[in-house]
Formats: sequence, C-alpha cells, structure tokens
Amino acid sequence: MAEHPAIQADNQPTPSPKATTPRVDEDQPLEMAVEIAGLNSWYGDYQALHNISLKIPRRRVTALIGPSGCGKSTLLRWINRMNDIVPTARASGTLRMGDLDVLDSSTDVVDLRRRIGIVFQKPNPFPKSIFDNVAFGPRLHFRISKQQLAERVEWALRKAAVWDEVKDRLHSPALGLSGGQQQRLCIARAIAIGPEILLMDEPCSALDPQSTLAVEDLIYELREQYAIVIVTHNMQQAARCSDQTAFFYEGNLVEAGPTNQLFTRPKEKRTEDYVTGKFG
Amino acid sequence: MKRSSRSSSFRSFIDSAFFVACRGCLVAAAILVACVLVFLVRESWPTWQRIPWHRFFTDSGWHPVAGEYWLIPMIVGTALSSGLALVIAGPLGLGTAVFSRLHASRRGAWIVDRSTELLAGLPSVVFGLWGLVVLAPWFAGSGSGQGLLTASIVLSLMILPTIALTASAALRNVPAELLQGAAALGLSRVSIMTRVALPAAWPSIRVGLLLALTRALGETMAVVMVAGNVASIPTSLQAPIRTMTATIALELGYASADHRSMLFAIGTVMMVLVLGMVWLSGPRRADS
Repeated sequence: MAEHPAIQADNQPTPSPKATTPRVDEDQPLEMAVEIAGLNSWYGDYQALHNISLKIPRRRVTALIGPSGCGKSTLLRWINRMNDIVPTARASGTLRMGDLDVLDSSTDVVDLRRRIGIVFQKPNPFPKSIFDNVAFGPRLHFRISKQQLAERVEWALRKAAVWDEVKDRLHSPALGLSGGQQQRLCIARAIAIGPEILLMDEPCSALDPQSTLAVEDLIYELREQYAIVIVTHNMQQAARCSDQTAFFYEGNLVEAGPTNQLFTRPKEKRTEDYVTGKFG
Repeated sequence: MKRSSRSSSFRSFIDSAFFVACRGCLVAAAILVACVLVFLVRESWPTWQRIPWHRFFTDSGWHPVAGEYWLIPMIVGTALSSGLALVIAGPLGLGTAVFSRLHASRRGAWIVDRSTELLAGLPSVVFGLWGLVVLAPWFAGSGSGQGLLTASIVLSLMILPTIALTASAALRNVPAELLQGAAALGLSRVSIMTRVALPAAWPSIRVGLLLALTRALGETMAVVMVAGNVASIPTSLQAPIRTMTATIALELGYASADHRSMLFAIGTVMMVLVLGMVWLSGPRRADS
C-alpha cells in the first residue's frame, strides 16, 4: 500500500504550468492508455454497444459524442468497471489497459479504480470539509505523513484550478461551494490518488457557462499528465477541448478521428448530420 | 376570465382550509400531551410537597406503605435493563440493516425486512411470555432466571426492529452519487459502507437509537414478566431487577394516598425523561 507507484511519481507539489508553454509534445508517437476491440455490451437483453473498437491515447483528450442513449456513457463506465454496479450489465470483447485485461472477472476492480479516476455529471462531494474530500483517497490508499497529505491536497487542488478559491477555507464544508467549484473539487479528489486515466461523464452539464469554461480549460491543462476521456452532449465542448473525437449512434461507433477532421470533414453522412445539427 | 378567478379563489380556499386542518391536528396533539403532563403533576403533587426529594436517594428501602421511598433500585434497574438492551440491539440492528442494504440479494433483503417488520408487530406480552418460558430457564442457574439479563434480552428483541428499520431506511436514503463517488475512488464495499454510507446515514440512525431507547425505558408488560421485580440494586446479571414502569403497574391496583401519589411522581419523572430524550433526538443543526 505504501509502495503505490503513483505517490512517488508526483509526490512533489508541482507549480501550476504556465498557460503559454506548449502543453503536449505533438510529435511524440502516441502511447495508448486503453485499447478497446470488439466490445459488445448488454443491459439484460438490450444490447447497448455493438462491436466497438477504439484506442485511447495517453496525454490526449478523447471526446465521446452522440445523442442520448447512444452508448457513450456505457463505454465510459466499462473502462473503470463502474457498470459492475448494474446487476444486469455484461460485456464481451477486449478492453485492455496496458497488460491488464480490464473486463476479466479476476481483475481487481478496487485497484483498477485507483488507476482510473472518474468525474460524474453531478458534482458529488462527500458531506465533509474541502480538505477531507481531497484527502479521502490518499488517506485510504497511501501511508503518508500529515505533512505529505497536506502537500498532496494542495497539489491536487492547484492542479484542479480551485486552490485559490478555497485555500482560506479548507476546513469548511464542501457542500457550501458553488456547483462549478464542487465539480473542480471532485476533479481534485479524483487526481489526488494519482490515476493514469481520467474519465469524465458530462462533467459540465450541471454547470453554468462560466464554470463550464473553467472546467474546460482545466481539462486542457490536465491532458499534459493524464489520458482523458470525456463524454459530452455539447459538440462545441468536444470541439474546444478534445484531440480526438468518437461519434456514437445507437450503440455503434460511427466514426472516430482527430477532432478537427471529424468536425470539418466527417467521413460518414450520419456524423456530418449530427455535427451540423441536423439531428441529436 | 371570471371563471378562472373563481376557481383560483376556490383553490386558495382549499389551500387555507387544509392548512388550518393540519394546524388543528398539531394543536390537538400538543394539548393532549400537555393534559397528560398536567394530570401527572396534579396527581403527584402531594409527593412533591410532602416528601423531600433527597429521601428518594437516602431512604433505607422501598416500603411505600410504611412511608419509605428509596427509588434508586428502580432507577438503576430501568437504566441498566434499557442500556444493556441498547448495547445488545444496537449492533444487531445496525448489522441487520447493513446486511439487508448492501450484502443480501434482493430476495434476501426482502426476507430480512419483512421479518423485521413482523418482529415489530408482535405484542409485548408475547415477548414476555417467550422470555419467561424459554429464556428464563436458560439463565436460571440457582435462581428463577428472571432478572437483569433476561429482561435486557427480551427488551433488546423488542427494540431491534426500530433500530434495524430506521437504520435501513437511513442507509437507503444515502444518495447513490455518494456511493458511486466512493466506489470510483477505489473503495471496497466494506470501506464504502464504513467510511461513506454509515457516516452519511448516522444522524438518522442516531434518532432511531434514541427512539429505541425510549421504547425500552417505557416498556412495562414484558419486563414485569421476566425481571423478577425485586426492588434491590442488582449485583449480578442474573439478579432480579425492578423498573420504574413495573413499579407503577404492579402497585397502582392497591396503592392509596401518599403511595398512589408516589407512583404518579414516578410516572412524571419517566415522562420528563422521555420528553427530554425525544427532544435530544430531534433534528440537530446541520453539522459540517
């Protein structure tokens, strides 16, 4: 437990990156964080995903878009096995994270979720103080001193761009924060345990435009360190903050590619209709 | 235009009528409680006037006919039996609730919940009978088996449903997002339960525990049947005890004058105690 690699990796609080420096080295060959091949998924008898194959690169933002019920959230929830909570959910095919076969029944789900953070649609801070929310995961997973814990909490809050707003009231209730601040707090809570991948399930749909922009900027900052997968209903959002986009329709992956290309020169008619607002 | 204004005034009439009716019910209930309290105080007034309160603690025994009013054994008996009952039923009830909410299959949870409700519906005399016929012989040893331990176990079974059902409802009301958030941070099911679900449900669980305790304090029939009813301070788990309520039930039939007034005084103390606990169990200020 004490030897968790993630804690050593970014133990030291890093200064927040300058906004002007290029954040991602675009020339480096892409390393894949998650590779999905031939994934099918069912809820009971209803097939929610058909034969999905998709690669999710490290240090990039992948957006999953499509109309409601198209399966994008289902796919997201297989990556960290959140679907296990749904008793009727099952899947076939492969979903690999490095050497780890995520869908295998022997995979340690608790450990998997330590490596893959997730942020939900509705901010869900625990009814505790701001500090305790962020410290929750590290306290559980790492054996670290009070000092280290405090540094880690600060680091995560800085990383989630909410430090300046909460540093003077770390010990007041998290539920007293605004929706946008709560959502960034939840992001801080997720990255505090040092995940490799960050999943976001419509993270801005409950936020006002101002907070949405703040979170989008944050997503763009965070991709420097994490593979990010974001499910969104908002196509402008996908266009603004993702590197690659996958368009889903009725459980099928219609088209995936670099975001620019998918929005400006889609290969498929259905993609074009959706991104130009003909339906959806 | 006219019609809509008439219907809106009708609606506002219904609205205020409903409000007045509700308020009426509330006032009626409050008046009833006040009447009971006034009655208790009036009937017990001679005691408060004539007997200095320190004698409850210093008299040499409980011989009400002879004018000796040592209340300590009854207070100790009540506190010990109820306290022990809570200590037994608390973990059991919480465990039942946790099991039925998290670990049992849907069918298992259904069975647990229904049987708990069934337990809640049993008349107290049936618990007493079972305690007397089944439990007391087990703990008899050299005595009758009627005493502190038997009374506490019977009481704990009676308050178990209150604890289990309130805890179960409290756990059910923990927002799913919180549990999901905890699972997403890599918590095991046990950690989700102990670190997130139980703390979030605790305010309601606490209320359930206090309600259960007041029920144990007030329970009379079953306790009379299994407690032994000797007015002395128990020295062992098997020793007989007598509770405050049992004293009222056992003696009111033949009590007169000061003795009768004394029993009402005990009743008043019980009522104040329970009111205090209900007040304690009420909603707290939202803490952090």
